[in-house]
Amino acid sequence: MTWFLRNWDQVAIALGEHIFISLSALAISFLIAFVVGLWAARRESVFQAALAVSGFLYTIPTLAFLALLIPIVGLGKTNAILVMVSFSLLILIRNIAMGIRGAPVEVVDAARGMGMSGAQVLWRVEIPLAMPVIVAGLRIAAVTVISVSVVAAYIGAGGLGTLIFNGITNDHAPKIWAGALTACALAVAVDLSLSALEHRLARRTRG
Amino acid sequence: MTLLLEAWQYIVDHPARFGQALFTHVTLSLAALLTASLIAIPLGVWLADRDRGALLAINVANIGRTLPSLAVLALVMPIMGTGFVPSWFALTLLALPPILINTYTAVREVDADAVDAARGMGMGPAQIIGRIKLPLALPVVFAGVRTAAVQVVSGAVLAAYIGGGGLGDFITAGIAMMAVPQLLVGAIPATLLSLGTDFLFGRIQRWLTPRGIETEAAT
Repeated sequence: MTWFLRNWDQVAIALGEHIFISLSALAISFLIAFVVGLWAARRESVFQAALAVSGFLYTIPTLAFLALLIPIVGLGKTNAILVMVSFSLLILIRNIAMGIRGAPVEVVDAARGMGMSGAQVLWRVEIPLAMPVIVAGLRIAAVTVISVSVVAAYIGAGGLGTLIFNGITNDHAPKIWAGALTACALAVAVDLSLSALEHRLARRTRG
Repeated sequence: MTLLLEAWQYIVDHPARFGQALFTHVTLSLAALLTASLIAIPLGVWLADRDRGALLAINVANIGRTLPSLAVLALVMPIMGTGFVPSWFALTLLALPPILINTYTAVREVDADAVDAARGMGMGPAQIIGRIKLPLALPVVFAGVRTAAVQVVSGAVLAAYIGGGGLGDFITAGIAMMAVPQLLVGAIPATLLSLGTDFLFGRIQRWLTPRGIETEAAT
């Protein structure tokens, strides 16, 4: 605890790095997933392929995945972001596609009957109705990305994992505590707040 | 391609070392999965009949699910030190939530009519659990075990950091020395082991599902 109080600036910087790299990966992932998800919502074959690849990638151990990319892209942030995007991309594609497909047929028909164009139906009916499912995907993706970036510190991506690894190498327990507990707190905080948002959106779309 | 051949050469040159790491990896994963199942399945069955404590336990499990694997392993080290036992403990903690949540949910969703019928036939509480609730809940319980198994095999790679041994040793050594072939000696078998575990447990899960019962595997 005293170590934490004396070195809180170091923890804050690591936390900042951690959030920054996780958000970058999520943003890239979301942009790609949005485009592919819209496509998968209309086409069963794309959806099935996305599910299969998602299951496959999700099974690869994080550290093994990071290691497998070293001969191709080397150490550092690029490697870490590639792994984080691969892990989160397909969860997002799946939920975006499922959310859009979930819009009731009668509602979509009614919107079309009111004279809305395809784009209007998508932006004003289907996407708003899909929001709870999309946020649910975002929540799983965010927690996954945070977890991956703890390990990614080992290949030089920065963040809270750096504190953990320094602590392990120097046998300095306070550093391990600070890094690991902050990482846990970040994951739990993100999970709880996105889950609250998910419930609020779900209530609004239902009501 | 040459890298793959060099990695293969490394295994051929150090068969005992590779065998030992693979053995530790599998033993560590199995030990953690077994311990977690022995705790989480009875606990889940017990909680399913209770309203008050249950909600708290399930919420704790849900939070436990979001914790980064490496953070959990690292937190165990200052308390228990390094080696096989601390890794076993940490991996058990990681495997508990999916099994507990699936068991609890599955037992709760067992058809109340089936339980009433069993009671009407004169079955006692233990018989109802053993002959009605558990068999009906089994596919979903096992889906939780499958999720936990993949998580444990992946987590066991990280156990190398706290001296737990396993295939992760080759990866950390390979990264430290920037020896790519050695790193692949850890990474490729670890990936195959994880994919194989998922496949094998998927097969068992399908085999455990009685014909006529359709279950959505809760993950």
